[in-house]
Amino acid sequence: MVSTPAASTTWEDDADQRQAWRERLWLILGIIALALVPFVDSALGINRLGSWIPIFVFIILAMGLNIVVGYAGLLDLGYVAFFVIGAYSCAFLTSPSSVFVQNGWIPEFFQGFWPAMAVGWVLAAVFGVLIGAPTLRLRGDYLAIVTLGFGEIVPDFFINAAAITGGPNGIGQIARPPSIPLPGGNSINFSSGDLDNWYWLVVAVGVLSLFIINRVYKSRLGRAWQAVREDEVAASSMGVNLVRTKLWAFALGASFSGFAGSIYGGYITVVYPDQVQFSTSIIILAMVILGGLGNIYGVIIGGFLIQSFDRVLADELNAPLHWIGDRLNLDFLREHDLQSDRFLIFGLALVLMMVLRPGGLFPSRQRAAEMRPEDQDITVQEQQEMYDVRQDDEPSAGERA
Amino acid sequence: MDFNLDLFLQILIIGITYGAMIALIALGYTLVYGIVELINFAHGEVFMMGAFFTMQVVLWVGVTSESATVAVVGALALALLAAMAFSGGINYFIDRVAYRRLRNAPRLAPLIAAIGFSFILQNIAIYWRGSNPVTPEAVIPLEIRSLNILTAWFGLDTNLRVRLIDFLVVLVTIPILIGLSWFVYRTRTGAAMRATAQDREAAALMGIDVNRTIGTAFLIGGALAGAAGMIAVYYLNSARFQMGFQYGLFAFTAAVLGGIGNLSGAVLGGFLIGIIWAMSDGFIRQFIPEWGAQWTPTVIFGLLILVLVFRPSGLLGEQVPDRA
Repeated sequence: MVSTPAASTTWEDDADQRQAWRERLWLILGIIALALVPFVDSALGINRLGSWIPIFVFIILAMGLNIVVGYAGLLDLGYVAFFVIGAYSCAFLTSPSSVFVQNGWIPEFFQGFWPAMAVGWVLAAVFGVLIGAPTLRLRGDYLAIVTLGFGEIVPDFFINAAAITGGPNGIGQIARPPSIPLPGGNSINFSSGDLDNWYWLVVAVGVLSLFIINRVYKSRLGRAWQAVREDEVAASSMGVNLVRTKLWAFALGASFSGFAGSIYGGYITVVYPDQVQFSTSIIILAMVILGGLGNIYGVIIGGFLIQSFDRVLADELNAPLHWIGDRLNLDFLREHDLQSDRFLIFGLALVLMMVLRPGGLFPSRQRAAEMRPEDQDITVQEQQEMYDVRQDDEPSAGERA
Repeated sequence: MDFNLDLFLQILIIGITYGAMIALIALGYTLVYGIVELINFAHGEVFMMGAFFTMQVVLWVGVTSESATVAVVGALALALLAAMAFSGGINYFIDRVAYRRLRNAPRLAPLIAAIGFSFILQNIAIYWRGSNPVTPEAVIPLEIRSLNILTAWFGLDTNLRVRLIDFLVVLVTIPILIGLSWFVYRTRTGAAMRATAQDREAAALMGIDVNRTIGTAFLIGGALAGAAGMIAVYYLNSARFQMGFQYGLFAFTAAVLGGIGNLSGAVLGGFLIGIIWAMSDGFIRQFIPEWGAQWTPTVIFGLLILVLVFRPSGLLGEQVPDRA
């Protein structure tokens, strides 16, 4: 057992530890805040708990996409394809109207919600590897386009292969989680009315995902992702296996998308191809970028901001906006529906973030430094130094004379 | 199933008209990519804006199908030029406010900004004409649109139909293509563009204003997309805020297929994609009738993936993109 030499406790370690404590503090505060939401919601009579559940599903998606884009630096524009795969695999396994169940191909065991969710998780990861393996050699922007193409093909396939997938109408009657019996005769149910229980389930899943992602990020694999993101050549010469590292990022990212898909499928009990579109992928990307690429807490906040605008604020702010329109007698404001501004707002978020604050609202320190354009001043300064050196070495014209 | 030559030729004709539109859009991708190595994701939306502006100009001019032929032709020509100027201006503006600041940023930054712009433009189109498909003012009467020029002009006795509108699409496209190649290969600005594409720093040292040259490439690429937008409005007889996405991606596939950065490659790829599009629309459902009919995007995106994975330099591209 080697004892830690005293010399290694430098100020850097201190800073890291302080950072870690700060993170833990925020995490605990965040969980307390989340725990209060249902009570506040019912106490104030807001009744918006139903909106919170998709918000959390999307935050899980954003955390997963952050693995791919933020940690490993691979732009994935077809991220929702894996969501669709997760949701459909849940539907194929559990819905009584699925062809596979009707033909008796699915063992009884897999027809439950939990096993189906696990299968959805794994299948999404498998597809992540399948699409990643041939394409990860491509340069970043080509990879983005390939994933975009894949993200279009998957929903298209589910629309067209109507014999299996129900076509545009999709598959209904997806299994919900079974009730959990409690001592004393009560039980935790997950039917459509039990929003509270669904809320807790999704929060629990979100915190679990956060924990897993954080552990992976701090592992050897997580460090390899950052190394690959920052300099592939340097990373590979340090012994990082580029393809395997990227494939892990792709597969893990995809798996969380599939995971979110199967939970969402269980929550709304129906899946159809139009649930997700290209814009959904971009909305998730906007969540990641707004919050801060590579900083998972930033991503959670970014996801929260964008999703709460999308699902809650846009509705709630319409009334005050119309009221202002009435006072000012502006028809434009009186009739405006904030829902119609969604694309504008997401687009602006992407553009402004890239131009003004590429690290996001809450940048991770490394990622921020990396996304900034190369500093022109430094090269000028370096040139200046070279010039100065030469001046010192060579006598100037005046001295020579 | 017997091979039906007439059907095959008919679909080929449709494919060539699609191809003309796609080629015009693909040129914009390839021009910009050749110079700044940026996939201008907003290009499809620039095309869509051209289509919307065309309808607006025709509304302003106020011609209808009742107007004199000269007035209609004049209005359409005006709309074409206006749409080219408008789309070119938008593309230039996007480069000026966003991409130019991101020239030295990592490759993904301008791509993400481009996606942002494509969303912004889509939302502007929704404000402009709503989110439902818009039918343009019917300035070309239906019987003239669908006049079969093979029988009416050439007196051929055939089942094939080349509608006047198909003919017009190709008729408008060809001078634009010739004009472009004249511009790129015969003018000083064109030479500056080619020099900048080869080596930006060396071009700057030779006294070329690199930012202006890149701006010109965006302007011209946008103008071509605007022309395609004008053609698309009257060929499809409908426009929608989302149309840029599919057309943009098809055109990008065409540019990649031909060899991105290569102008003749983009045209070749455009026509190939147009033909594949028409064939897939026309034939796939005959083979698998019990499955859905919307296979074309799957076919074309699948092709895109295959080309990028197995031959990223495309059919004509000599430069092999670095695959680090």
